[in-house]
Amino acid sequence: MTALIELDRVSRTFHTPDGPITAVDAVSLALDAGEAMCLVGESGCGKTTTGRLLAGLLRPTGGRLLYEGKDVWQTKGADLARFRRAVQLVHQDPYASLNPTRTVFQTLSAPLFRHKKARTGRQALASVNELLQRVDLTPPENFIAKYPHQLSGGQRQRVAIARALTVDPKVIVADEAVSMVDVSIRISLLNLLLALGREFGVTIVLITHDLAVARYFAREGRIGVMYLGRVVELADTESLVGDPAHPYSAALIAAIPEADPDITRTKKRVELRSAEIPSLLSLPPGCAFHPRCPLSEAGLCDVKIPELLVIPGSREVACHVAVRERTSERAAATA
Amino acid sequence: MPVLSVRSLSIDYLTRRGPVHAVRDVSFELEKSETLAIIGESGSGKTTLAVGLIRLSPRGTKVTSGEILYTKDGITNDIRKIDDDDLREYRWAECAMVFQAALNSFNPVITIWEQFLDTARAHGLHDRHRIRERAAELLDLVHLDARRVLPAFPHELSGGMKQRVLIALALMLEPQLVILDEPTTALDILTQRSIIDLLRQLRQRLGFSMIFISHDLSIAAELADRMITMYAGRVVERAKVDDMFYRPRHPYSVALLRAVPRVTGALGSVASIPGSPPDLIRLPKGCTYAPRCPYAIEACREADPPLLEVDTPQHEAACIRWQHVAEVLGSNAEIPVAEKLA
Repeated sequence: MTALIELDRVSRTFHTPDGPITAVDAVSLALDAGEAMCLVGESGCGKTTTGRLLAGLLRPTGGRLLYEGKDVWQTKGADLARFRRAVQLVHQDPYASLNPTRTVFQTLSAPLFRHKKARTGRQALASVNELLQRVDLTPPENFIAKYPHQLSGGQRQRVAIARALTVDPKVIVADEAVSMVDVSIRISLLNLLLALGREFGVTIVLITHDLAVARYFAREGRIGVMYLGRVVELADTESLVGDPAHPYSAALIAAIPEADPDITRTKKRVELRSAEIPSLLSLPPGCAFHPRCPLSEAGLCDVKIPELLVIPGSREVACHVAVRERTSERAAATA
Repeated sequence: MPVLSVRSLSIDYLTRRGPVHAVRDVSFELEKSETLAIIGESGSGKTTLAVGLIRLSPRGTKVTSGEILYTKDGITNDIRKIDDDDLREYRWAECAMVFQAALNSFNPVITIWEQFLDTARAHGLHDRHRIRERAAELLDLVHLDARRVLPAFPHELSGGMKQRVLIALALMLEPQLVILDEPTTALDILTQRSIIDLLRQLRQRLGFSMIFISHDLSIAAELADRMITMYAGRVVERAKVDDMFYRPRHPYSVALLRAVPRVTGALGSVASIPGSPPDLIRLPKGCTYAPRCPYAIEACREADPPLLEVDTPQHEAACIRWQHVAEVLGSNAEIPVAEKLA
């Protein structure tokens, strides 16, 4: 089966006055219809750029973006328009992503008219009402005439999600979509996105720096961990969280403070060799993580870039040492 | 003798619609070397309270009642009543604050060295050589290389480095009390971890008291000795950290604990808090949390309950239904709230 949307060894290099920066390097990701997936990583790891590449907002400088098996950047006309409608982006900051001079109705009806989903005001009103109900802004009459400043952060983010839904998308890329809203309502927004996935078969990629959010959101899906432009581990959520294979994933999980005093006080720590994140302008040779990695082996990790390889337990890891150990463990167990 | 004793503090913001009761009748005490975490969702009055403690509230703010008693060397002063000179001394020399927008707390056009110099001069230190030594000492304490950091401009440092410099600046005059407003929000996971570990080390070494304000319960679990939950400007629960996490008695604390998913251990039943906080100008009659509370009964809507002693003398909750909450959660102290309700 071909994936709905796929990044095939996609890279993106930006040219800056200080030199070229490869924000995303040979990233491959394949998503099926209805899948809920999370991309996590620290700032500068390329997760947002990956999201923009996936949404077709940035042209890759290497590799291909495939939608329903077709190379998006080779398509034109009706096919391209179809892709544009099918993939929507929800931004981090609902204070910036909504036009402050437009009411909720204006914001939501504009794409309806633009894509000929509504021809008359009456049709648009009916659709907007339905959209608002779908994102739990009920009763819709209370919201339809409001300006963004009259809404709370959570309500604004719901409007932003409703706007993404106007064109019946197949894929939603949500970039830090819950980071700006209060903790007390994050879960309900995540639930809303998950429900869209379940009820309408929408594929949702949530980009976040918060592993707890990622674990909750992708509990039945997968998490991809990024570091300095590359995916270093891709696995189903519970295996990743319970038994991370890549030393960077392990360090992240160990570093997270937990809202549970006993767990957080007794949690095992992973000591990194350095706290410094290398600059994208001068990446270390070999594995970009090797200067900080506790497992780093001289002559191997500082020479050769590890590929993302499938290891037992249906996960993918880009680490020479982890791949060797996990594969030999499996071999020893079966012998 | 507690370092800080806040008694019945109330703070209003004056607006055209009428006074916003942002902090209402808040009392707490902070002992020497103790860490207190104040938690609550946005708009609960946490930051207003913190800023009020150093009398740095913006114009249009009115402290309507209460005392802020600060004790040093056996002498107690009410911060609300001291004159401007004493207030300047109290701020930073006695009580330093690390603000939420730490990354914007610097003057962008001067170097880190000049920021140190400015702060020292404002507090009567003029010996450049001495200040230089002190700055180097402090930067060393927060694991930064003084030779690299001092000549740098703020924009040349990463977020985590700026946060460290700010902590170093806060400690320059050896304060007894450090207030941190969301100290690790907006930092990456590994940076956040290093700041948490740093704060823990510094507190052990220097013995200052700490108040930190956060919506992030996990940081409270890491650092706090005691916790306060605020809702609609009031303290609704006050407890030792373990009691708050494993035996919360106010339904709002329970709901907050349930709203945060965990990375390790069972996921449990995570849920958002339905509804939104009340209008602080026209507060509802009775308990302000009642409209959102699953345990509310008729009596809850009649009078706002005072803090009641629950379980132990060090644990108080402003809820007449606390026994019912205790029953629902059961007694097993090892299990987190989200799992108990699953």
